[in-house]
Amino acid sequence: MSDPTPVLRLEGIVKTFPGVRALDGVSLTILPGEVHALMGENGAGKSTLMKVLGGIHQPDEGQIIVSEEPVVMSGPLDAKAKGIVFIHQELSLADELSVAENIYLGELPRKRFGLVDWAELEAKTNAILEKLKVGFNAKTRVGDLSIANQQMVEIARALTVDAKAVIFDEPTASLTDAEKIVLFEVIADLQAQGVGIAYISHRMEEIFKITDRISVLRDGQYQGTVNTADTNEEGVTQMMIGRKLDLSRNESHHELGNVALEVRDLSCGKLFQNVSFEVRRGEVVGFYGLVGAGRTEIAETLFGLRNPTGGTILLDGEVVSINSPYDAIEKGISLVPEDRKGQGLVLGMNCRDNMTLPQVDDLKAGPFVADGAEIAIFDLYRDKLDIRTPGWKQQVGNLSGGNQQKIVIGKWLSMHPNVLIVDEPTRGIDVGSKAEIHNLLRELAAQGYAVIVISSEMPEVLHVSDRIVAMYSGRITRTFTSEEVTEDNLIQAISGIGGDKVA
Amino acid sequence: MQAGQLSKYLKGGAIWGFIVFELIFFSVAGEFLSVSDKAFMDADNMLLLFKQSAPIGIIAMGMTIVMINGNIDLSVGAIYAIAAIVLLDSMTWPAFEGLGDMVIPVAWALALLSGVVLGAINGLIVWKTGVDAFIVTLGAMLGYRGLVFMYNGEQPTSHLNWTLVDFAEAQFLGLHTATWFLLAVTLAIWFLMTRTVHGRNAYAIGNNREAAVNAGIRVGPHMMINFMIIGFLAALSAIVFYSESGSVNPNDGELYELWVITAVVLGGTKLTGGAGSIISTFGGVVAIQLLRKGLAHLGADTSTVNLVIGLILIAVLFLDRQLNVKGKEELKV
Repeated sequence: MSDPTPVLRLEGIVKTFPGVRALDGVSLTILPGEVHALMGENGAGKSTLMKVLGGIHQPDEGQIIVSEEPVVMSGPLDAKAKGIVFIHQELSLADELSVAENIYLGELPRKRFGLVDWAELEAKTNAILEKLKVGFNAKTRVGDLSIANQQMVEIARALTVDAKAVIFDEPTASLTDAEKIVLFEVIADLQAQGVGIAYISHRMEEIFKITDRISVLRDGQYQGTVNTADTNEEGVTQMMIGRKLDLSRNESHHELGNVALEVRDLSCGKLFQNVSFEVRRGEVVGFYGLVGAGRTEIAETLFGLRNPTGGTILLDGEVVSINSPYDAIEKGISLVPEDRKGQGLVLGMNCRDNMTLPQVDDLKAGPFVADGAEIAIFDLYRDKLDIRTPGWKQQVGNLSGGNQQKIVIGKWLSMHPNVLIVDEPTRGIDVGSKAEIHNLLRELAAQGYAVIVISSEMPEVLHVSDRIVAMYSGRITRTFTSEEVTEDNLIQAISGIGGDKVA
Repeated sequence: MQAGQLSKYLKGGAIWGFIVFELIFFSVAGEFLSVSDKAFMDADNMLLLFKQSAPIGIIAMGMTIVMINGNIDLSVGAIYAIAAIVLLDSMTWPAFEGLGDMVIPVAWALALLSGVVLGAINGLIVWKTGVDAFIVTLGAMLGYRGLVFMYNGEQPTSHLNWTLVDFAEAQFLGLHTATWFLLAVTLAIWFLMTRTVHGRNAYAIGNNREAAVNAGIRVGPHMMINFMIIGFLAALSAIVFYSESGSVNPNDGELYELWVITAVVLGGTKLTGGAGSIISTFGGVVAIQLLRKGLAHLGADTSTVNLVIGLILIAVLFLDRQLNVKGKEELKV
């Protein structure tokens, strides 16, 4: 068999930003009909490479070659016109517009006089939605869809043109398992049509399930390409971080203290009902379930961001009512939120100010903010949590995901909480930092904190939890100890034993 | 889902409900409190109401699309005054002597052109410099008003053309000329925003600018077109009003931008852009005019009217926020 013509080839791409060589001679070849994984830690240069490919950045050296023809990309639309389509991890949708308008954003079909051809738009859109097997139609307002369905709209965009290559950037970040299967079918479909697929993901199990080859970047440098069949998770991880990864389960248990937090029959409208559990000091309780099962909402209720419609919350055995985050912090509950950049940090502020944000009121010298006290707190937690930053003056937005997360955790530890709730602690964080965060959570429990970890990643929940609470559509279906839990019974518990459809 | 639809329906129809409420309130209260013997819901009175809401209403249509687009235009009052001066003064220019009544379309064209050009300047600056439209048009508001005063000092600019006055005062099918202009503009802009690619892209840009850029929509030209449209409409509004009155003071049109924005916001257009409806803006315009007329009917003076409108605006936006909160489980931010 002769080698097929690559649909997309990158040759010796170099891109430098002031002070950083973000891409250093990266080459990549995507063949028709293959799924090619692009992996690397955060900051390895994957997004920069995609931006170069999409024409958002122009490369300093090197060539982009589409179907053996060197091209210059002038922007995302130009790339799309040349058959290179991007599916972004972060949703890029106009939520007041309809699904159809979003899918064909920027290229609405026209009749004469610049009028929108609504009939054609709807027909084309519904044809695409049919393929994706989704439960909404062309006219649905995007703002009314769940996040997962919005992601499907994003994916539908790739199907509007005759793509030569489709680049998926973490497409499964917010999808449920059932939706992932549909996505993988779509990918297989594209593959069968001879489309080349680049697939960026941190999730190893997906990479090994669907990709043919894996290319790895580290610190802007191309580390090599391997056939997926010839390697394993450990090998790839080693290529990515240059060392081995600890994938074992949690077996250690710390000495448990008294019950720090107890929740009885807590309900909040349709979001979750009759939720009861308790967390002891020194214990990590994992909450596992599908997106939309109500885990985050429980955390938000405990943190005073939502008003419960029923049930009681007990802290150290005393009934409390928590009406606002101010209340929650006062009572020793801290929440490390799901959306680190949006909810957890003020990206434009420096590391120290972010860390002392909740207590800056108390750190006063007369009418002024006490600079020294703030720096002392920052130094303490920087050392404790091993936060790697050039100094406290560094803007948080410039740190890597793992270090950002540690700043958020440090922020709450400095408030001396009793209960620490961590929502998706390692979302968008690379493999190496993930392990560090996991160890950190275990350590915190050992120091006597009661820790709640909410996660959509099974290895993570298994790895850090002493007990695991499984949720399905707003209810707790079962609570496991780390000895009795298996992958099978956990999956059963979170998908509703009755086999009902997932909301 | 049912509850969500109800609140949606309430939101969409709120402005019409408010208008009905006003009509009932002023009719009933008018019986007891009115200084005149005429009923409030008199046909002539209502026709006059539409005519009087035309100047603000025509500009409000333009403001709706600019705001949906995610911008704002504070310079409409000044553009309105400049267009009025161009309209009245150009009819006396020696160059057009001997044209007879044919000077009217020429003067109209010049006035509209000046509106479009001034709007284009706003749009071009917003597009090319990336400075926020609020700042750009704030500057334009002061600058254009300066031009008005430079033109004729503190003196009013006057010229009465009786053909024009006759045209402006005419009634066709019972509706005044100004009302016809308002209806035509409303229909045209509604068509633009719901049926054309430009209109839908304007929604997309205001709703999620980054997504629009990523989809290859050229944001700048769309914004500039919308600024030109609102400039055109400000000038058209001046034509409709000054054809009849024939005299423009250099202060005319001041605070128009705020009345216009009030009407648009009352009609449910989001200040942040991306959502809004032309038809609801029409409702907002009528609601404000009803309020002014109704309060005057009850014998209230202008200052009272302003106070009441201000309070109602805040109350309406507060209610809108309450309707948007889905219930107790809503996230508190």
